[in-house]
Amino acid sequence: MSDDVVTLAHGAGGKASRRLVEELFLDELRNPLLEPLADAAIVSANGTRLAFTTDSYVVRPLFFPGGDIGELAVNGTVNDLAVSGAVPLALTAGFVIEEGFPIDELRAIAHSAARAAKAAGVSIVAGDTKVVERGAADGLYLTTAGIGILDSRVGLDPSCVRPGDRVLVSGGIAEHGIAVMIARGNLALELDVDSDTAPLHELAQALCALGPGLRWMRDPTRGGLATTLNELAWGAGASVVLDERAIPVREDVRAACELLGIDPLYVANEGKLVAVVAPDAAEAALAALRAHPLGAGAALIGEVREDDLPLVLADTGFGGSRIVDMLVGDPLPRIC
Amino acid sequence: MKYVDEYRSAEAAAAIATELRTLVEPGSHVKLMEVCGGHTHAIYRHGLDALLPPEVELVHGPGCPVCVIPMGRVDDAVSIAERPEVIFTSFGDMLRVPGGRRRSLLEAKARGADVRIVYSPLDALAIARDEPGREVVFFGVGFETTAPATALTLLRARELGVANFSVFCNHVLIAPALRAILDAPETQIDGFVGPGHVSTVIGTRPYDFIAREYGRPVVVAGFEPTDILQAIALLLRQLRDGKAEVENQYGRVVRDEGNPEALAALDEVFAVRDDFEWRGLGPIPHSGYRIADAFAVWDAEERFEVPGARIEDPKACRCGDVLRGMAKPYECGVFGTACTPEKPLGTCMVSSEGACAAYYAYGRHRQKVPA
Repeated sequence: MSDDVVTLAHGAGGKASRRLVEELFLDELRNPLLEPLADAAIVSANGTRLAFTTDSYVVRPLFFPGGDIGELAVNGTVNDLAVSGAVPLALTAGFVIEEGFPIDELRAIAHSAARAAKAAGVSIVAGDTKVVERGAADGLYLTTAGIGILDSRVGLDPSCVRPGDRVLVSGGIAEHGIAVMIARGNLALELDVDSDTAPLHELAQALCALGPGLRWMRDPTRGGLATTLNELAWGAGASVVLDERAIPVREDVRAACELLGIDPLYVANEGKLVAVVAPDAAEAALAALRAHPLGAGAALIGEVREDDLPLVLADTGFGGSRIVDMLVGDPLPRIC
Repeated sequence: MKYVDEYRSAEAAAAIATELRTLVEPGSHVKLMEVCGGHTHAIYRHGLDALLPPEVELVHGPGCPVCVIPMGRVDDAVSIAERPEVIFTSFGDMLRVPGGRRRSLLEAKARGADVRIVYSPLDALAIARDEPGREVVFFGVGFETTAPATALTLLRARELGVANFSVFCNHVLIAPALRAILDAPETQIDGFVGPGHVSTVIGTRPYDFIAREYGRPVVVAGFEPTDILQAIALLLRQLRDGKAEVENQYGRVVRDEGNPEALAALDEVFAVRDDFEWRGLGPIPHSGYRIADAFAVWDAEERFEVPGARIEDPKACRCGDVLRGMAKPYECGVFGTACTPEKPLGTCMVSSEGACAAYYAYGRHRQKVPA
């Protein structure tokens, strides 16, 4: 690891984050269950295969249009389990609270975490609270962990992905990241965008019904769709070619991105999933997503191609193509 | 999206591309420079180079404000930022530019300097008013495009009597840089796609010398795919007809006389330096702004001691050749290896408008350089 101090880039979900995880954490903690670096680890116990995951939330502001940190932390962990092909079973929550934090805000956050858990059909079965001195944390940080039971119908792994497979996304991208940026209030932009934070377990289970036709799923959070698809390309050893015009982006979100000079492909989502399916399962997968209210805007956005350089490419519509690289640096500090 | 989608029509672009092929002599070679980094970015983002006839070569100009800041000035910025009383504010993409010791503002921040990203210098002034006990410094970077916002902020600072605010001024002027490129004997450019944003401020007249003294056409262009292709068509038409004129393709935004209010603010707040060092291009006479004497109390260079050292560009880095249109990014020995957007050696790899970053981010699959 050549870096000598941690910078915000290490937390942005792009190349520096990946380096930190691979060259420091994986290097020290290496074991076969951690090694795939998937959204959740797969652990077997007495013949039952469980998905097990954890995630910390440091979003600022804590309350934003369409949600708050409590709901986000529950949905995020539910989604990591869901896209691993698991039915969420139970969650835990650890609160790090800054001295002076208002009790009514804490209650509101706990309340919305409970509501989100109920909506996802899980319970928060254990928890922890720590209070730190004023200035040692920015209000409140929240860590959730979760376990789920793997769906026996599918075996999801980038190595299952084949050239010709199709890529789908469950709806319009970039809404969470833009909603949070605008909620910070320093952009002087007025736009009515809510975070898309939502539990994806039902959408994921609808796709699991496709059986082996479903190859791989992810929820493109920090780093956006571009980062998630780059991880897919590496994992699969193949290129992902996107039809840029087919990627759903709400008109006002696209306009905000255009004004801010940000590519929506790199903006975080908290209620969307991206899936790779066999070519003959593509129409059924699209129909399954569209049949659910959270997947009404689903679209086929690209396909997997054999390539000696695993890259994500976008057809620009002008006869050329461009690379859609991983995020470098940190355009959107602390959005999840 | 209105006023954007129309200019991204694939059909319209294809029609212009067909026209381009009729405007060049088969087997000839036409070298056009897109001056502005925004154009470079758009060309590679949309893959427009694939639509050009093989006779037309695009070279990338110096119009990327992050790219032209020399390392010594970055060290000066870091030394101001590291002072305990200072809150150092900057546009985001300057934060990753490495200085002489490869120390960037981002690294200074990680080591404890209070460095904050702002979207406008007015935000920096607001921080100064909120935190009267701290010294707030704004890193003024950019051509005449961003300089008016800095000027208006200083006018506002004077009006409000904000004493704990200053600007570290690195604003530069586009016309002297173009003259330096035209005067370099090794660079032969047949015509210029003129910068769009900067021309909204300065207008089209400052480019007249390019047509009059150097006999080269200039077409000021917008940033959407059909804007850029149409500007190239207009340049090729002038060259075919033996003309050298300044044309304005971006009439929906750019007026010939520019923006008089912005120009008046520049005149009041800034004075032109005798010379200013550009990364890769060296010192260019009358090419940079300093804070005018009447505003000297808001000049960070007056307020703080800075090292002011001139630091040679790294030998392996060919940013200078890239900025003068003499080398393509992938012809540099460290492109994509020792120099990537994540660990940039040269400034052209830092800003998304830098030619190297645009090639690396969007086009490196065409040269098959390391991923």
